[in-house]
Amino acid sequence: MAKKKRIGIHELYARDPYQADLELFGRESDPNSRRGFLKKAGLTAMAMALGGKIVHAENMPAGVIPAALDTPQGDFEIEGKHPELVVLNDKPWNVETPAHLLDDEVTPADRLFIRNNGLVPEKIDVAAWTLTIDGESVPEPVTLSLDDLKTKFKSYTYRLTLECGGNGRKEFNPPAKGNQWTTGAVGCSEWTGVRLKDLLEYAKVKSDAVYVGYYGADVHLSRNPKKVTISRGIPIAKAMEEESLIAWQMNGEDIPLMNGYPLRMIIGGWPASVSGKWLTRLSVRNIVHDGPKMEAPSYRVPKYPVAPGTEVPPEDMKIIESMPVKSLITYPKTGAMVKPGQKFEVRGHAWAGDMEVKEMHISTDFGATWQKASLNPAPNRLAWQRWRAQVKLNESGYYEIWARATDSNGKAQPMVVPGWNPKGYLNNATHRIAVKVSS
Amino acid sequence: MAEDKKDLTPEQKEILDKLVKRTNVLVYAALFIVVVAMFNIMAPDAADRLFGGGDEVVAEATDANAAPEIPDDLIEDGIHVATGLIVDDGFQQVKASCLACHSSKLITQNRADRDGWKKMIRWMQEYQNLWDLGPNEDVILDYLAKNYAPEDKGRRANLTNVEWYVLEE
Repeated sequence: MAKKKRIGIHELYARDPYQADLELFGRESDPNSRRGFLKKAGLTAMAMALGGKIVHAENMPAGVIPAALDTPQGDFEIEGKHPELVVLNDKPWNVETPAHLLDDEVTPADRLFIRNNGLVPEKIDVAAWTLTIDGESVPEPVTLSLDDLKTKFKSYTYRLTLECGGNGRKEFNPPAKGNQWTTGAVGCSEWTGVRLKDLLEYAKVKSDAVYVGYYGADVHLSRNPKKVTISRGIPIAKAMEEESLIAWQMNGEDIPLMNGYPLRMIIGGWPASVSGKWLTRLSVRNIVHDGPKMEAPSYRVPKYPVAPGTEVPPEDMKIIESMPVKSLITYPKTGAMVKPGQKFEVRGHAWAGDMEVKEMHISTDFGATWQKASLNPAPNRLAWQRWRAQVKLNESGYYEIWARATDSNGKAQPMVVPGWNPKGYLNNATHRIAVKVSS
Repeated sequence: MAEDKKDLTPEQKEILDKLVKRTNVLVYAALFIVVVAMFNIMAPDAADRLFGGGDEVVAEATDANAAPEIPDDLIEDGIHVATGLIVDDGFQQVKASCLACHSSKLITQNRADRDGWKKMIRWMQEYQNLWDLGPNEDVILDYLAKNYAPEDKGRRANLTNVEWYVLEE
């Protein structure tokens, strides 16, 4: 027999989900509702592959790969990503980076976190890729190819900090639902693209523009092509900033597939969910954009401080804009054992949303005293800043090193978890590593 | 079992062995053979694609990111290894209802009380096409509330899971 060509279940489902249902499981669903199983055989085959009974099978949507078959099991690597990255969720992919892997000035492609809301687009035709600019606040829609973007406009390169709004969620008490990020949903890579403001001007943006919303090619988890996975955006003032990019390159190369190849928004300093990936369309709105995940409680926090566990009405929630001041210790890795009196460098990065970091301190005595660290200026606005300190611990014992940044408005990172909020956003508590001293 | 496999091609046996590892060996293996036969009779073309009969194409429930499969009947320390879920009353219902659409990690990384889990189910029903779970909803909620309940973490937890190493001078 000739060598077999292996076709994955994903490929079959990508071609035609309903046909894949039929071919793999003999499943036919109600043609009107696209739900249920017309024949018992299909249900039996699918239930068997799942290893259990499908409850209320009559309601199960058609064309969906059962997750038990779709979910990679055990330890595995994601192509192009460092094997030590931590997978929080595999459908959709949500993957964070341990702090010690973020030591580079410029975050390499294999170390930038992944926060997907839907499924990565299965077919990307770069030659046919277009970006359409439409909405109430442009006179008429404008469509540009990738080539147009690269040739018709001046391109710019900036290092820009991207941090997920939910970075640090794991520490909130009571817990907030969602991906339980610890500290690793952040990175600062070098992005190349055109200025969003140049595109808006090209499209003759009108003076009544309020918001720029994005649409991307990622696929809704339900695989319903009519459902938009996520469509957020930014106010026009943020869109008009020089560093707000529509980018096709990261660190001088194509953007990794998981991070939005071939085109994405890069809006430094704001929750990364505003930086739409696999970008196909920008909608210039005369209202605050109302796409999926703009609504409360997504990416919103209470307008006033609330007690932990409070139920906050949607109208009392506000959209997160600039991220708060924060820092990471990227060297040494937590768990360092040193000799009494051994000198070692402690270093990391600090960033402050739309602001700059003004001062950096570390403590080796649980916050009782603080030592000033050296702090580099940002290479450009909205990039993280390198900080360094020399540490020497003379007495044997267990230590923690805490890092605390202060922004240009005088706001510093709290030593405990900051104000609770229903969705667990904006935890900028001081990063801590453990160190032991013994002779 | 070996007797039952006699009439299958080597490819069918290979696929069968993989799937059997993932299911309850005794109960489902026999049933599977029935379905293979059914496929061959009712949809020979589909059977070829899935089980590698005469065609040159084999469908596999794997992709570049997938790892070696873990047998479905493997349970260690009360954890169902393939999904990472705690084995307890309601586990089968959770596996069949929840994992039909999303990863088990969505359960294992979250913590909530009964009401909190109920809200997540309602949210999935409103936005993610989750169907009415009927009488199983209570079974599922009991399982989640018992096994994935919130712990009181205080305002800042101790640093845990530290791997110690010597930092050279």
